Parts: sequence; C-alpha cells; structure tokens
Amino acid sequence: MSEELEEIREDVADAAHNRMPGPFRGEFPIVVEGVRNAFGESVIHEGLSLKVRRGEIIGVVGGSGTGKSVLMRSIIGLQVPTEGRVEVLGEDITAARGDEDIDIRSRWGVLFQGGALFSTLTVAENVEVPLREFYPEISDELRREIARFKVVLSGLPEDAANKYPAELSGGMKKRAGLARALALDPELLFLDEPTAGLDPIGAAAFDALTRELQDTLGLTVFLITHDLDTLHEICDRVAVIADKRVIAVDTIDNLLKLDHPWIQEYFNGPRGRAAHVAQQRIVRTDKTMDKSAKAGD
Amino acid sequence: MRVWADFTLEQDDAGQSVLALSGPLTVSSIGVVDRALRESDAAIARIDLSQVAEIDTVGAWTVWRLLRDHDAQLTGASDQAERLIAAVSKSSGDGHTAAPRLPLVARTFQGVGHLVSGWGQGSIHITSFLGAVLVGLWGIIRTPARMRWLAVVRQAELVGISALGIIGLMSFLVGIVIAQQGAVQLEQFGAEMLTVNLTGRIALRELGVLMTAIMVAGRSGSSFAAQIGTMKLTEEIDAMRTIGVSPVEALVIPRILAAVVMMPLLGFYAALAAIVGGAFISSFTLGIPFMTFLLRVQEVVPIHDVWVGLVKAPFFGLIIAMAGCYQGMQVKANAEEVGLRTTMAVVQAIFMVIVLDAFFAVFFTEVGWG
Repeated sequence: MSEELEEIREDVADAAHNRMPGPFRGEFPIVVEGVRNAFGESVIHEGLSLKVRRGEIIGVVGGSGTGKSVLMRSIIGLQVPTEGRVEVLGEDITAARGDEDIDIRSRWGVLFQGGALFSTLTVAENVEVPLREFYPEISDELRREIARFKVVLSGLPEDAANKYPAELSGGMKKRAGLARALALDPELLFLDEPTAGLDPIGAAAFDALTRELQDTLGLTVFLITHDLDTLHEICDRVAVIADKRVIAVDTIDNLLKLDHPWIQEYFNGPRGRAAHVAQQRIVRTDKTMDKSAKAGD
Repeated sequence: MRVWADFTLEQDDAGQSVLALSGPLTVSSIGVVDRALRESDAAIARIDLSQVAEIDTVGAWTVWRLLRDHDAQLTGASDQAERLIAAVSKSSGDGHTAAPRLPLVARTFQGVGHLVSGWGQGSIHITSFLGAVLVGLWGIIRTPARMRWLAVVRQAELVGISALGIIGLMSFLVGIVIAQQGAVQLEQFGAEMLTVNLTGRIALRELGVLMTAIMVAGRSGSSFAAQIGTMKLTEEIDAMRTIGVSPVEALVIPRILAAVVMMPLLGFYAALAAIVGGAFISSFTLGIPFMTFLLRVQEVVPIHDVWVGLVKAPFFGLIIAMAGCYQGMQVKANAEEVGLRTTMAVVQAIFMVIVLDAFFAVFFTEVGWG
C-alpha cells in the first residue's frame, strides 16, 4: 500500500503547500499589548491589552461604539493598529505586510455579524471555499462531504446545504456563517454578536452549540456579545471594554465585586439581574436535582 | 515538512482485514490517505485508531464514512475520537453541494421559458415603473412642496458638473479627429474650407449630444442602477416605504429630472468643445486661423442644427435615467445581480439612445431641418 500512497502523494504534493503548522501549545493564543486604534480624530483604543487563555470562551462586552468589533478586526489583521502589538497563535499579526503574510489564517475561523456569506455560492459551496483555498489536495468527494457535515454540525437541516444565502432566514445565515468559520477545524473561533437578532430559543440553541463545539473540538472562542444570557451561560471569562481599554477580565461573579460604574450598571441593570437570577435558578435546580437523584439512590 | 496520515491494511489473527490508521488524522493531513482509501476496494472489517496521534472532525468523518460503507467495527478510539465521530455522524454527507440543476435538455427548455416569461414580465414591470414615475410626477405637480430640490441639485452636480472635465476632453478630441480626417478627404476636391461646415454641423447636430449621452449612460446611468440596486439589497428601499417616503419621489424623480436638465447643457457644451477642437487642429494643418474658423462656423451652421441637438438631449437624458433607475429597482437576491443590472442599464440606455437618434434624424429631415 505504501507505494500506492507514495504515488498519490506525489500527485497532490504539487498542489499542496508544504507548511504544516503544529497545534498551538502555548498558554495564550491571543495576546494584545498596548494597542492604539484611531479613525482620524476619534481614538477608539488607547493602550488596550488583553490575553486570552487557550481553550476558554472569552466574552467581550462594552457599550456601543467602544470598539469591540474594531478589536476583533485588529486581532485578525483586518485593521492595523497605529501602535501596539497583536500576537495570535504565537505569530505577530501587526508585523505582517499584507494579507498573504499572515500564515495562520487556516487556523482561525471568523463569523461576521451579518454572516458575510458569499451571495453567489450555496451554503455548502461557501464552506468549501476555505477548504479549496488551503487544502487543494483534498478530493472533491471528501470536500463535498466535509461541507455537508459542517452544515449539519452547525445546526442547519441537511437540505439547507444547497440553498443560496438569499433563501435563508437571518438565524440560518448565522449558522451557515458558523459552518464556514468551522470549515478548517480551526483552533481559534471569532464570533461577532452570534446571537444578536435570534429568537430566545434560537439564541439558546446557538449558545449550546458554541459550548458543545468548544468542548468537542477544544476551541478557543473569542466572542463579542451584548447578550447577557450568553455571557452567563457559556463564557468562562468576560473582558470589559470601557475608557478605550480593557478595564477588567474575569468571571462575572468577580466582575460584580468591582466598583466600576459601567460594570455595575451593565450587570446589575434590570436585564443583567434577570439573566443573573435565571442563571442562579438553573444552578439551584441542578443542585436540587442532584440531591433528589442522590436521595433516590 | 508536512506530516501526512498513513495506513496499513492487514489480516489479523482471526483472518479479518484490519485497517490501521496512524499519524495525525486532521484536515491538513488526510488528503492523501483519503484518496488512496477511496481508490482501493478492499473489504475492511475493523478499523484501528490506536496509532492516531490527533483527530479532528474531518478525520472523524473519514473514519465514520468507512465504518458506514464497510459495515466495520471500531477499535482503539480515544474519547475525543468517539465524541467527534458521534458529532459528525448526524450528517449523511451524501448529495451535492451545488444548487440543484436540471439535465441539459430540460435546462434548455427552462432557459427559453424563463426568457419568454421574462420578456412578458419585463414589459409589465417597465409599464408599471413608468406608471409609478408618472404618478409620482403628478403628485409633485399637485403639491410642489414635495419636490426634493436638494436631491435634484445634488444629482445635477453628479451628472453634470463633475462630468464637465471628461466630456470636454472627449469632445475636444473627437472634434480634432473629425476636422483632421475630414480635411484629408475634402482636400482631394480642393474643398478643405468645408471642414468648418463638417465639424460645426456634425458637432452641433449629432456628435455632441450623442457622445455626451454615451458618456452619461456610462457614468451616471450605471451609478443610478448600482446605487439603487445596493439600496434594494440592504432593504433601504423597504425602510423608506415603511416610513412613508416614496422611493420614486425620493430617488427616481430627482435623478430623472437632473439627467433631463443636464443633458442639453452638457450636449451643447460638448458640441462647443468639439468645435474648439476642430478649430485648434485646423489652425495647424489647414492654415485656417483659430478665430476665423469660429467665425465661419457662425456663418455656415444654420441655427436649426443647434435646435436639433438641444431637442434630442432631454429625451436621451430621460432614457438614461429611466433605464438606470428601473434596473436598480429590479435588483433582488444577491450582489451578482447588482452587476448584471448595472450592465443592462448601460447597454439598454446606449442602445435606446441610438435607436431614438435614428428616429430623430429622419424626423428632422422630414420637417425641413435637414
């Protein structure tokens, strides 16, 4: 069989690129240091620093216009900060010259706010795009199969695979965007307001999906959200952006102990309290159920 | 160097064929093994994953597909492998990723059918668009306060003022070409003085307005279609409707008005630029002094030539703006359509302008303005 394999390997070796980055073993896949972003006169970030741990779901919150999306764009190299350094999976993004220079693009997946699907391709073809781009040696059959199971993995019905984005609802577009973000089994997943505009059931399902994917695939997830339920439900830590920088990164319980007016208002406002109470109730019910289960034994 | 996944296919003690996969089983390493396994038709009774270093969903899918197709058993799988296989097994993976397509013959008939019904629907759409524009105009005439003058002025600037440079330069060069080429032919009859007649009359009567129409169709007709089309895609048009702003009043009529007003002005300006171009080249090649050329134009060009040009111009502007706005309004579904509709707007506008120009040529000759 080795000969046979060798032959095929020679066939595809021309098309395949030779770099094969190993998985990232360091502690912090995303390191942002002293970043400054400004559009003309208005300064968005000033001396912003953030470290994301491997394997965690980090939620990023902040008022509208505090530059959550700009921070994400800086991390994935779409926006070059005027000062500071961004390191992703051990590679310096800010030192890259042009998109081609960023080698690690096959190791992250990005879900944009509106899905950003290619409108002239079907959902499954959208998923195939990164596969074609980075792994041309993969056979057509396998690529099609990958596209289809990613669609199902993202929580879409199987027949959505060969529909065009225009035929999908907003929530389905988000899921399709997630399928494309997951196409290459990335180590890092960026989600920009994944649950915005979804109904509560859909949002909860999306949260569960994110958590499940994180568990099974061991992803590090960078999640921008306004959804307090999402924050309570799935985020290991929450980074708060205010005053042009990250003022705190911690679990919600610890954040609540801080004496910052915005944090207090955000988490202790009527919506924040409701989400918190709901979360407490779930925890309590779990405990009661544990107890009753034990009692049943 | 890349590490590829590998496999061995052997008989175990019980005489079963065992597929042992090894190395990393990930999206970046599986391409070769997958091809080899697809090509081989050996039966597999058991798949052994104990040599697999790491696995992702693509690896899990490949294993699961083999398990399913060969009805094989799985051994040596890590917890993660089993979890991933369970996750991917929800999909059958079969079927196509492209949108469903009919066979060629059926598709041909379908295409013809679409074309025919498209024609029918197209004419209905055009008629209703015309109707909507007329209704909008009537509304504005009854309550002139609803006219959006600011938008009209803004569009007039975009269609007219910002086009002055390119249209002037283009017409100047066209004038040079006509005068120079005309002179070469007329010289053979010793009639080079008629170059002035040729340049002056053709510029004012035909070319000034026609070239301007083509340039405006390319510049503004396309931008009308692309802009309105994109607004349609981003639901801005729908938003306008719900607020109670009529898109025809807010978008279409100002553009039509701007084009109708600016076209005669631009056409006249283009004709003048062409005459100046002709005079410029004549002073070099024919020895006709610049000012003499301009004075001769006044003598040899009948005033009705100016009217012929100016009467046609607003109609051309109307056609260009209508085509652009109509095609923009027809955009739906995706970004590709914006491109297609923009192309159609320009092609239709230029074609219609030339057809109309032919009608006008015959008409004006018949009424004695030959």
